Amino acid sequence: MNPIVLFFHKTGSPPWFYRFSGYLIPWLWAIFLVITAIALYLGFFHAPVDYQQGATVRIMYLHVPAAWMSMMIYGLMAIMGFIALVWRIRIMEVLVIASAPVGAAFTMMALMTGSLWGRPMWGTYWVWDARLTSELVLLFLYFGVIALYNSFDEPRKAARAASLMSIVGAINLPIIYFSVEWWNTLHQGSSFGGDGPGIHPDMLLPLLLMAISTKFFYGANLLSRARLILLKQDHRKRWVQDLLSQEKH
Amino acid sequence: MSKQATGTAFGALLRRDFLLAYRRRAELLQPLVFLMVVTTLFPLGVGPSPQLLANIAPGVIWIAALLASVLSLDSLFRSDFEDGTLEQMVLSGQSLALIALARIVAHWLVAGLPIVLLSPLLAMWMNLPDEGLPILIESLVIGTPILSLIGAIGGALTVSLKRGGQLLSLLVFPLYVPLLILATSAVGAAVVDLPYTGQLGLMVSGLIVALTLAPFATAAALKLSLS
Amino acid sequence: MPNNSYMLSVSELSFERYFDRVFEPVSFELAAGSLLLVTGSNGCGKTTMLRVLAGLLEPSEGKIHCQEQPLYAGHNPAIKDDLSVEENIMFWMNFMGTRESVRDKELCKRVIREIGLTPVTLQEGRTLSAGQRKRCSLARLLFCDEALWLLDEPYSNLDREGIVMLDGIVRNHLESGGACIMTTHGSLRPEGFELQECHLVSGRERYAGAAA
Repeated sequence: MNPIVLFFHKTGSPPWFYRFSGYLIPWLWAIFLVITAIALYLGFFHAPVDYQQGATVRIMYLHVPAAWMSMMIYGLMAIMGFIALVWRIRIMEVLVIASAPVGAAFTMMALMTGSLWGRPMWGTYWVWDARLTSELVLLFLYFGVIALYNSFDEPRKAARAASLMSIVGAINLPIIYFSVEWWNTLHQGSSFGGDGPGIHPDMLLPLLLMAISTKFFYGANLLSRARLILLKQDHRKRWVQDLLSQEKH
Repeated sequence: MSKQATGTAFGALLRRDFLLAYRRRAELLQPLVFLMVVTTLFPLGVGPSPQLLANIAPGVIWIAALLASVLSLDSLFRSDFEDGTLEQMVLSGQSLALIALARIVAHWLVAGLPIVLLSPLLAMWMNLPDEGLPILIESLVIGTPILSLIGAIGGALTVSLKRGGQLLSLLVFPLYVPLLILATSAVGAAVVDLPYTGQLGLMVSGLIVALTLAPFATAAALKLSLS
Repeated sequence: MPNNSYMLSVSELSFERYFDRVFEPVSFELAAGSLLLVTGSNGCGKTTMLRVLAGLLEPSEGKIHCQEQPLYAGHNPAIKDDLSVEENIMFWMNFMGTRESVRDKELCKRVIREIGLTPVTLQEGRTLSAGQRKRCSLARLLFCDEALWLLDEPYSNLDREGIVMLDGIVRNHLESGGACIMTTHGSLRPEGFELQECHLVSGRERYAGAAA
């Protein structure tokens, strides 16, 4: 068997994945914490304040990366879902299901930070601006995938249904995004955030660092959830029983 | 095994669907009544001011059409799924995407087209200016098939679930957002004499994309539901 | 090893649900003219195995080597309540019968006569009894020309005449070179045939004695 096939075969094995991700997770958390600390320090103490918005612009360092992650994760779910459906690889199914709550959490974070960011400017906690509206629709797409998964009894069938739904949603996502953008220009909504006359380089660095660190957060969180799902699904299998009896000693 | 010609099978399926719809023609009225009731709720809820109603007319009529459409989507595949017809169709060797398309076409003719025919009545109730009516009808003619096509994917995914109907709405409404935005903007533009052909053109391209992709997604979802 | 003279050959076939095998792996080969009886207790996966063989489910282990798509007659009779027996059968003839059967009303009447449903030809599906539904669902055996049949508990609900009728249909099929796989949970077995048997063992029996 050639090495690539062997690799996929190995990663597909739950016990192997469980062990491998167990090694990886602490490193991912560590990197996430370090980069986030640097980014937030730079963002809150080094970067200048916006002449219009004052200090509240600093929420951008949370809002924008969260929004980016919310969309990236959905896209990843679609790609992994496609692999899961076509090649019936179980670990991919698990990763899709584990990603959904993380993506939904990032979406909610983007919504809440966006709302807080806008409050001083607009006077209300919510405006139907393009980005917030798109994030809200994205949140419903996430809820749909999660609800669909929870409606099926058999876990693999549930995961495959969720995968198909995320593919359909991901194809529609750009269309939704652009149509909401366009709708917003029609109705003169207020827009904000980083699209102004070029972003100051001192603001750019913390933003990019946060964008990178959130990916490590996603990775660590994803692998932790995936391990838990595997344990739960295989709880009667040999490798889990062995693992649990090892823990006892 | 000599398979039946695709056209023959497609035709047989359509004929069967029309026969079934005819046998249960009383039930076909339900989504239409729903459509009328929902539309009348708006003047009752927001007040009968003619200007206000005219302003929200395109949105209200389209949202009501959306809701009525989703109501009839749950039963798109359910009956065939439950009595074993669907699995026989899957095994027949005919293209499942084509089978799904046949069902969707029959569904639109029986559930979507009536919405189009009912729209002048709704337009009158919502005080839509006369300039808007032709565009409203056009937008519905282009848009209701898209509702059926995208909705069929949701219907196929939820057909094996006991209470699939509610979930179906949740799955499908976010996907309808672009259509809603384009359609209502087209009608709204027509009313104030602004250009609307762009929106309609985009809707037509959306219809073509949906026609090519949705049957395959629906077929995949049906195979999944049967497993 | 797939052998071309066999219509169907199955090796270490199994299917998983909830991450457990539904039935223990089975292997067998089916030659033309043979009848395979799949036996096993209730819930041991006979229907599931048949659906895997039909192609509705993907096996999680093992291999199937099948010369062509089999005909599957499952528990659900695939009859529309709102259509008459004749309309139901005509639809299936036009949808998945042989090329020659398209719109052939004469053939439809002959099929209905052979399954013994002539008295109820024009009656709607919802008014049929369980036995009549079963007969109607077996009609497809008469106008499809698949060589391999997969019949899930075909004798259930049939009266004595129905059983004799089915035996006759299956015998004809085997004699003209077809093959058939039937499931039964024991009490009803085809009489007067040379049978191959395959006994399914439920996967869950493995856990019967395991510690919680």
